[in-house]
Amino acid sequence: MLRLEAMRAIYPLLAERIVVTNMGAAPAELFSLGHQPGFFYVWHSMGLASSVALGISLARPELAVVALDGDGSVLMNLGTFTTIARHRPPNLLHVVFDNEVLLSVGRSFSTATATGSDLAAIAAAAGIPRTATCHSPEALADACREALAAAEPAVLVAKVEPVGPASYFIDLHLLENRFQFERHLRGLRGGRQEIRRSQEGGGVKEGGTP
Amino acid sequence: MPVSADSSRLVYEGLKGCGVRLLSVLPETWLVHLVSLAEADPEMTLVRLAKEEEGVGVSVGAHLAGVRSAMLMQNHGLLASVNGIVSLAQLYRVPLLMLVSYRGGFGEEHPWQTEGGGVTEEVLRALRIPYLALERAGEAAARLRQAQTLAEASLRPVALLLCRDMMWEE
Repeated sequence: MLRLEAMRAIYPLLAERIVVTNMGAAPAELFSLGHQPGFFYVWHSMGLASSVALGISLARPELAVVALDGDGSVLMNLGTFTTIARHRPPNLLHVVFDNEVLLSVGRSFSTATATGSDLAAIAAAAGIPRTATCHSPEALADACREALAAAEPAVLVAKVEPVGPASYFIDLHLLENRFQFERHLRGLRGGRQEIRRSQEGGGVKEGGTP
Repeated sequence: MPVSADSSRLVYEGLKGCGVRLLSVLPETWLVHLVSLAEADPEMTLVRLAKEEEGVGVSVGAHLAGVRSAMLMQNHGLLASVNGIVSLAQLYRVPLLMLVSYRGGFGEEHPWQTEGGGVTEEVLRALRIPYLALERAGEAAARLRQAQTLAEASLRPVALLLCRDMMWEE
């Protein structure tokens, strides 16, 4: 399957949730389907998208958090499976689009999943309670739906073709995305008590201008 | 064990005092009491890492989600986290409070700590990370508050080095 087809199949599940992506094709294709205020794209720092998602899921247990990752990224931080497994956040779903190559470098350098490394099996062996490898958009959507309904972390590996978007550009600067996303998460808390970081924590007290 | 329990308690109280509620750690000898204090504290979410760089991601997530956090690690963990610090915390302008045990300086008895000790401050300077060496536990609360205030005002990482004279009782 194409990653874009897979992404389209799960987009309705993503649109209302908190989504953290890795860099490259996944954010470009997700963005092309429609940006949402709950989407955060981690450009660079490969491997850390799932760690960011873990931080959000532990800090805000009431939110459903989805990490969209790639095989190249997750291979740079395989320890993330063990860290997620030991903390078992019930609200974290980790989807790995596995195209068996490092696509965005321009030429298709294969990753270790091309030579037999099985990310779902690695995740299961790390202690992730719910894992699967999906080969069709429908199977991925069904597995995502079930994982989101279950109160346990999941790793779902979607085997996709090594085809990417024509352009990796998205018309949203990473800092614009970062501040909008933070504001959105604050708004989801539904109160004004969270408007505190820059004012209160940063030393600027109410009624005073330093 | 000559790791100072008193100093560890003062550092931990300083962390609590500035509102830290999530702590990512990779333990090492000097940090055992700090980790134990976090373990025993129902108000603290303790995140046990496989490698320190994950902690940068976890702290960035926690910050965006509105929870104050800190990383607790050895200086070699700082070295292992450099790309995450540069390409996530700095690139995305996220305050990141780092408590770093400063191994490998004067008095270090373990050969394997000495190379990292020799480059720690140079690396922090190269990364443009403001840092202070914390040598007296009595200053911990104030320095932690200052470090966090600077991190949040600048939206950048700030480091406190936990030094031998404070952490180790010969």
